[in-house]
Amino acid sequence: MSKSDPNAPKRLALISSKGTLDWAYPPFILGSAAGAMGWEVGIFFTFYGLTLLKPELNALVSPLGNPAMPMKMPFGPEGFQNINWAMPNLLMANVPGFESLATNLMKQTFHNKGVATIEELREACLDLGVRLIGCQMTMDVFGFKQSDFIPQAEIGGAATFLEYAADADVQLFI
Amino acid sequence: MNDIEVIKEDLVLDCSGMLCPMPIVKTTKAIKELQSGQILKMIATDAGSPPDIAAWSRQTKNELLLSTTEGEKFIFFLKKA
Repeated sequence: MSKSDPNAPKRLALISSKGTLDWAYPPFILGSAAGAMGWEVGIFFTFYGLTLLKPELNALVSPLGNPAMPMKMPFGPEGFQNINWAMPNLLMANVPGFESLATNLMKQTFHNKGVATIEELREACLDLGVRLIGCQMTMDVFGFKQSDFIPQAEIGGAATFLEYAADADVQLFI
Repeated sequence: MNDIEVIKEDLVLDCSGMLCPMPIVKTTKAIKELQSGQILKMIATDAGSPPDIAAWSRQTKNELLLSTTEGEKFIFFLKKA
């Protein structure tokens, strides 16, 4: 609803442009939190963010190009778990399977700490009426069809987002 | 007698072990099960929950009657608007 209606709920408009595990969290966390506070929420998925609309999520995390990313071990005594393991680029670039190792370590650490999975957060968003909208142009570029996505996903373009965001109280590009 | 012994809840929700944003997501679900004026007692261990529940309360108009701690736990009493 438009801001001209003083009784309209607040509105959050997000663009989700990245599909890695670490970048998948912010849009679904903010979307579900805003939905829980009674806000209207629309998340526009574009470029690599589109993969977050697939029924099966397989977001990975890469320490490559993420130079500040420390690695935490999800097992062992607390002192050991709290060590930040620096990951040299040479190691990350050359060891096969390193990304899946990093992904598993991050998932296990998040699980141990009590963080919900991306799947749970996306489900919470849908329960709370958050609209998930795929960007048509990037779907064409990357070869996605609407049938590749969860049935709740809508389709839209730049004008759809801009009109929605123009009446939003908070807009973020992630 | 302190406040925590005076307030009588209609529903208890334990969010111990959950991190942001699950405590407010679960709280939203739980409050939907109540009638206007009924009280939800929510228990959490997430250290971010005291400011988050206060913000959730301001945004949803469900009144935060009491925000307190019991050992390691944060306890909230929320009255449905």
